[in-house]
Parts: sequence; C-alpha cells; structure tokens
Amino acid sequence: MTVFNTVKQAIQSRQTGLFSAAQKQPNIDISHQVLLYVEGLSVSFDGFKALNDLNLYINDGELRCLIGANGAGKTTLMDVITGKTRPDTGDVYFGQTIDLLGKTEAEIAQLGIGRKFQKPTVFEQQSVFANLELAMKVNKGITSTLMARLSPSELDWISQVLDTIGLKSHYTMLAGALSHGQKQWLEIGMLLIADPRLMLVDEPVAGMTAQETERTAELLTSLAGERTVVVVEHDMEFVRSIAKTVTVLHQGSVLAEGSMSDVQNDPAVIEVYLGEEQ
Amino acid sequence: MSTIRNQFSSLHDLREKAPIFLAVLFGISIYASACNLFLPEDSIFYVSTYTITLLGKYLCYALLALAVDVVWGYCGILSLGHGAFFALGGYTMGMYLMRQIGDRGVYGDPVLPDFMVFLNWQELPWFWYGFDHFWVAMLAMILVPGLLAFVFGWLAFRSRVAGVYLSIMTQALTYALMLAFFRNEMGFGGNNGLTDFKDLLGFNLQSDSVRVTLFLCSALALAMAYCLSLLIMSSRFGRVIVGIRDAEDRARFIGFKTESYKVWLFVYSAVLAAIAGALYVPQVGIINPGEFSPLNSIEVVVWVAVGGRGTLYGAIVGALLVNYAKTRFTAVFPEAWLFALGALFVCVTVFLPQGLVGFFKGKRLFKREWLPWFKQQKSGEE
Repeated sequence: MTVFNTVKQAIQSRQTGLFSAAQKQPNIDISHQVLLYVEGLSVSFDGFKALNDLNLYINDGELRCLIGANGAGKTTLMDVITGKTRPDTGDVYFGQTIDLLGKTEAEIAQLGIGRKFQKPTVFEQQSVFANLELAMKVNKGITSTLMARLSPSELDWISQVLDTIGLKSHYTMLAGALSHGQKQWLEIGMLLIADPRLMLVDEPVAGMTAQETERTAELLTSLAGERTVVVVEHDMEFVRSIAKTVTVLHQGSVLAEGSMSDVQNDPAVIEVYLGEEQ
Repeated sequence: MSTIRNQFSSLHDLREKAPIFLAVLFGISIYASACNLFLPEDSIFYVSTYTITLLGKYLCYALLALAVDVVWGYCGILSLGHGAFFALGGYTMGMYLMRQIGDRGVYGDPVLPDFMVFLNWQELPWFWYGFDHFWVAMLAMILVPGLLAFVFGWLAFRSRVAGVYLSIMTQALTYALMLAFFRNEMGFGGNNGLTDFKDLLGFNLQSDSVRVTLFLCSALALAMAYCLSLLIMSSRFGRVIVGIRDAEDRARFIGFKTESYKVWLFVYSAVLAAIAGALYVPQVGIINPGEFSPLNSIEVVVWVAVGGRGTLYGAIVGALLVNYAKTRFTAVFPEAWLFALGALFVCVTVFLPQGLVGFFKGKRLFKREWLPWFKQQKSGEE
C-alpha cells in the first residue's frame, strides 16, 4: 500500500498547504449522493447513433467501470461530459445544480473534472516536470499564468506526484522520450496534480506491464472515496480487480449495471458481449 | 529540487540566454554608428550612411521575423499575413511623417498632404486627425494592428480554425488590405503610398545623425522585443503556448482557455510587427500598398524557417542572412531572386527542418554527446 500512502500524504499536505485556497473549489451540491447525472443522452454522427438515450448516475466517491465493445459509445460519453462533443438531446449535471452542457472544455476542467485520454496525450516537447506544472490545480487565467512562480508547497506537491507515478528520476526528460507506459503514468500524474473531483480515465493500462497494471489498480482503488473515478477499460482482468460497480454499454445505451459477477451472469450481456469472451 | 526552481524561473532564462545576443547586437550597431559619425569618409573603416540605413532595414525585418516566430515557432500558428501588421504600423508612422511635411509639399498646402490636393480633396478625412502629434501616431501604431489582430484572432480561434485554413485566411487578410489600400478613395495615397518625408520630430530625416539614431532605435526595439519575448516564452504562459502547439486538446482538458491564449499571443505578435513597420518607414522613406503583398508575408516565413523556428534568435539570424543574400543577389541577378528564395525554402524544409540554429545545435550535441560514445565504442573494439 505504498502508493496509497504517498497519495494520502500528498493530499493531506496539500490541504494544509499554503495554496489550498489558491483556487476556489466550486460548490458542488451532492445532497443526493450523486455526483454526475447523465439523462436521456443522445448523440449522432451522420445518422449513426453513438449514444442512444443513455442514462447514467455516478455516486460521489465511487469507482465505476464502463465496459463495452468498440463503438458502444464509451469515449463519446466522455467527450460529452468533458464538453468536447455537444449532444443532440439529454442532460448532464455535475452535482444537483451545475449544468455541464454549454460549458467549454476549460470551464469543465476547472470545475474539477479531469480526463485521461485513450491514447496517452502529454506535452511531448516539454519535460515531465513542466507537464505536471501545467496540469497543476492553480489559476489558469492568462495574467496569473504569465506571472506564475512555483511556491515551495507547489514544488513539494509536484515532487510527491513524481514519486507516486515513479518518474522522479526522469523529471527533466522530455515527455516525448518516455515509453508508452511511462506516458500513461505521466498522464495519470497530470490528473492527480489537477486534484479533480471526478476523474474520467480512458484505458489506463493499455501498454503497461503486468506489474504496472497492478500498481495502477492499486492507485485507482486508493483514489476512490476521496474522489470519484470512472474507468473505461477493455482489460477484463483489470476491471475485475478494481470494480465494485460495472456498467455495460451497448450500442449507445446502458445494457446492464451491477457488480462484476452480476453483470457476467446477465443473459443479455452474455449474449452481446461477454459471450464471445468466455 | 532547487535546480528545478532555477530551470523554471523566466528571469533565469533571460540571464542565461540574452547576454550574448545583446552584446553582439549592440556591439555591432554601436561600432557601425561610431564608424559612420566619427570617421572621415576616406577612412577604410568608414561605414556609409547607405549601409547604416540598410542595416536598420535588416533590423526591422529581424523584428518582424521575431514576431512571426512567436506565433509560428512557439504556438504553431502559421501566419502568412504578418506583412499586414507590419504595413499598418508603417502607415501610421507614414501618416505622421506626411503631416510633418506641412506646407513644404509640392502644392504648399499647410494641412492637406500632396496626394489629397491632387485628388481635389477639400479637407482632411477624419481618420487623419491627430496624426500631426507623434504620440497619437504611436498610439495608433499599437492600437490599429492590435485591434485588427484581436478581432481576427478572436473570430478565427474561437471558431477553432487552425492549420492550413488559418494560413489561407491570413493571406486573404493581407491581400484584402492591399487591394483596399491601392484605392485612392481610401485616403492613404493609393498606389503611390506615402512618401517625400521631410522630418521626424523636427529632425531632418536625410541627416546622418538621424539615420544613425533610427538605426540604433531599431536595434534597441529588437533587443527589447527579444528580451520581452524571452521572458514571456520562458514563463508558464510560454509553456502553455508550447503545450497548445503540441497538444491543444490536452491543454483544454487541464483547464486552459486555449483560444484566449492564442488571441493574446497573436495580438502581441501583431504589435511587434507593427513596431517593426513603424521603424522601417522613416528609414526607407516610403510606404505603399506593395508592403501588404502576400508575397512579403511569405518571405518572412522563409526567413524564420531558414533561421530555425521556436528559438527567437533563430528568426533574427534567418532574417539578417536571407536579407543580406537578397541585397547581394538582386544586385547581380534581380530576376532570379524569387527562384533562389523558393529553392532555399525547399532545401531548408527538406534538409534543415530545424533551420540553421537546429543544424548547429545538432552538430554541437553530436560533438558533445555522440562523438565520445563512438570513440569509446571504437576503442572498446580494438
């Protein structure tokens, strides 16, 4: 549980740190325990229905896995939540009150929704350290970015995240020179340092070794509770190792939801998805 | 991790990188100026006023190249229309210089510039008001191109126009302005532009000392623009800009409003280009709509590509070298210059994608890092 402890420590030191008040955390009303509401969501691209009347509720502090075949709409769902794609119909609410539709990607990110892409996307021409520095939860306005100086507590925070993601000895390296798995870790680090309320993680373990996968699983489970994590993953073994609740998507809507064993025994799921695997 | 602190302090970058550049720039310009002013004309070290003006012109081009590098090299916005901002800056200065002529024009009208008298205009158009004051002209020099860049950038970046489409739009912008300024009714002298300038702030433009002063002002402007750009680019803002260039989506999803960043960078760059234009006009003595020509803007991009993108000094070196070559080349084969320029661009793109700066950097890196390794391998084999 070493990873767990470092993250725990880091979070605690951050809360007592100098800059914990640097950015006002938006007030998210979670009086009904639900952090993210997705209701009646439909998206179509040239007639193809990527999402079809999808309903999804994510509780605060939950670790939720989304699975589904290619084209089931997992990535499109993330695109809608993070503001990249505008839906045709439907609602997306963050907490009880914040309507995410109509907000830009940057505004949604500042509300505390972090995203890791399917293909690791980091700033390749900049050092690992700079990548983390940019992702850090600070004021992202132009003037404050122009004048920004790293405070000692920010430096500590970066240092702790570097420890967590195992890239301490690579911090001056250009991110583009990292291996695929290391880029995945760096992107996870960029998520951590942004200190989001909701983390959307798209295929975190693609390209990782078995050992790294295990560490990722450990990290994600340790994060849940403090924050809400939604993981999209193809690796069934990985999903089984972390998931409490699994949502199966099929052709743009929810096919089944429940614990991994419930889902695996669901006849509809067996028919359309797991049937081929088992 | 204290080394990190240094690495990420923009003042550190300024202290590290700027001194050599500034020493070379000021060394050469002060030396050339002194040789012009204090040596007799028959001395072998005498620098002619023609050369001083030519060098001043090169420095203005270098500042323009710096402006393009800021947006292209650091943010990946390939602007093929920066000549428009340069020319607008030039026109504001030209308008002030026109008003300074006063009644010494061919027609002797105390208020109207010659071309307006020639067109039978009875009074000064409203947008010429105030240009008899230097400060108004300077304000206009910053505001007009800045505002144009802001509106253009805001519309383009907000609609997420990028890449080649944006480049084409910038070409269209400068082309449209060229056509507009060619019209006599616009009130900027039509195809003849503005010329026959007499003085600047009361000093005779033809005198050696004014020429030298303008040259030194160009050097100073270039130095200041270089230092300011270096500060900006080595701040966190600069790292966001480079991040936008390499992975704009990533920058958005970590909370940066990338459109605003791009707009402000574009405005900054346009203002630098305008300052270059304003310094250029009194030195060459004319501004006409030809400066808006799309070809000019493309040439600037070639200078930056030759020097090397994304290093600031690379753009300056490229602008100086290519323009020196142009002066030499057009003296011998004036018709062949554009072919040579095209060939140069192709060669640079194919063989030196990082420009001259990148080439020499690569060489240094090779000598320092790889050569010892090769030698070690070799001695190991023996």
